[in-house]
Amino acid sequence: MHAATSRETARSADPALVARLVEIAGRMRVDIIEMLARAGSGHPGGSLSAIDMVTALYFHVLAHDPKNAAWDGRDRFVLSKGHAVPAVYAVMAEAGYISRDDLQTLRVLGSPLQGHPVKSFVHAPGCEANTGSLGQGLSVAQGMALAAKLDGAAWRTYCMLGDGEMQEGQVWEALMSAPKFGLDNLTAILDYNKGQIDGPTNEVMNLEPLQQKLEAFNWHVIRIDGHDIAAFLGAIEEAKSVTGKPTFIIADTVKGKGVSFMENRIEWHGATPNPEQTKQALAELKR
Amino acid sequence: MTSKATRQAFGEALAALGATHENIVVLDADLSKSTKSDLFAKKFPERFFEMGIAEANMLGTAAGLALSGKVPFCCSFAAFITGRYDQIRISVAYSEANVKIVGTHAGVAIGDDGYSQQGLEDIALMRAIPTMAVVQPADDIETAAAVKYLAEHQGPAFLRLTRQNVPRVHAEGYEFRFGKVDTLREGTDAVIFASGGTVGNAMAAAEALAAEGISLRVVNVHTIKPLDVEGVVAAVKASGNLAITAEDHTVIGGLGGAIAECLSENHPAKLLRIGVQDVFGESGAPAELVAKHGLDVAGIARQVKAFLGR
Repeated sequence: MHAATSRETARSADPALVARLVEIAGRMRVDIIEMLARAGSGHPGGSLSAIDMVTALYFHVLAHDPKNAAWDGRDRFVLSKGHAVPAVYAVMAEAGYISRDDLQTLRVLGSPLQGHPVKSFVHAPGCEANTGSLGQGLSVAQGMALAAKLDGAAWRTYCMLGDGEMQEGQVWEALMSAPKFGLDNLTAILDYNKGQIDGPTNEVMNLEPLQQKLEAFNWHVIRIDGHDIAAFLGAIEEAKSVTGKPTFIIADTVKGKGVSFMENRIEWHGATPNPEQTKQALAELKR
Repeated sequence: MTSKATRQAFGEALAALGATHENIVVLDADLSKSTKSDLFAKKFPERFFEMGIAEANMLGTAAGLALSGKVPFCCSFAAFITGRYDQIRISVAYSEANVKIVGTHAGVAIGDDGYSQQGLEDIALMRAIPTMAVVQPADDIETAAAVKYLAEHQGPAFLRLTRQNVPRVHAEGYEFRFGKVDTLREGTDAVIFASGGTVGNAMAAAEALAAEGISLRVVNVHTIKPLDVEGVVAAVKASGNLAITAEDHTVIGGLGGAIAECLSENHPAKLLRIGVQDVFGESGAPAELVAKHGLDVAGIARQVKAFLGR
């Protein structure tokens, strides 16, 4: 369990709210396993590591309206680590953007639920831009934040990145430019689960010391446990109070979080459970 | 004869449009003085974003601006901007972002700096991306009209421009018809399809060949994608079923490739592709390079005559 919290963040979140989000996130984990098992391909590790924060975003942080999905005033959420899109589909169904039946069509030919986010079918948070080619989402989110600044609009832009994609040079281009433009309406969130396809992130291409690097790039940096929803909500509030610069939330997470045999196991980055494994995973999650 | 670089006409047109098209924003990657986007920047600094030497981030940022209602013109040399292919493919086109990708200094005619700076495969790259329009104007008048069209057109587009001055081939009042070819000169022995900075030389070559009794039709293809299939086929039928393409780009996948695909599918005809013949560019004076690749007036005339057996 990564409990690295290098900074005290506000923990003013209402315990009842946090309990509700924890309960929803638990159900979302079940949906993720079920839809990936059915699809027979996809990425459970990074979906499960992200789901606590994605749940908190959808059901507390983001201004959005499932009944008016294209509402101009909605907050934008770009899922740069597009392979974690099952996490977004799960919350989309819970929020009412799509039906629960739709979840059964993940990766099926003709389904809008593509293997990576596609914006064309619904203006839902997480599907604002097409992603999946890693390293591009923060730039797109920056463009959205710039547009909001130009228009004097109050909506905010959030971008969730994976740790592996931090190895892409384009991410560092965006890390350089967003502070230049004073984008205090932009919040980047790193789902730092420490694993990627070829192995542990610190062996494939180490990011550390990450906090120092980001601070050197003139971001406001907050480090939390990404499974601690109260800490995440506190970090989001702190980001909103920062002026003149963007905020980067480093969220330490566990790949495959919630399913014992997937936790911190690289092989579950992009593998789906067989029927027996699915049964075991669901039994653990439904406890 | 009036002569102007299409990048200059682009910069002037964009700066003029800024006043009436408030959603236009412009991004550049440390080349605004060369791409001429600085003309917009001077008039509308709040809508101009200097992105530094980081074209991938520039394209992604443009996509985000477009997805939030802006009409970004994203500028650099053709070689550099289309070199960020995956950002154009995923963040721009696949995301249905209304971004206008502007590539200046196209072709060998930029000269001395050599291959790394010469956009020689950019049309081929952009043409392969679904939904991407590819527009290459032939002179200043056409450029101004194309820029206005693209500012109002919904969808991603690549605008390919020259560093060098090119002669004016249109009269004032020219109507830019997106997706249509322009017949600049009638002729019956063969048709030469030309685009961008090569159109003026194709016209001069046709003039020179007329003196030798060869009647060459000249068709300007400013919209390489979507290609005007009907217009291309009609021009070939009216010109002895002999077709020639001329472009400052590799003959693979550019105008020559597009016309070859069009004809082989719709009206098979003998075709000569004049352009860069699957070789890298190199340093040299612009005129020397244009001559080396057979894109000057004499080179075009020589190749046309050989093709016609004259």
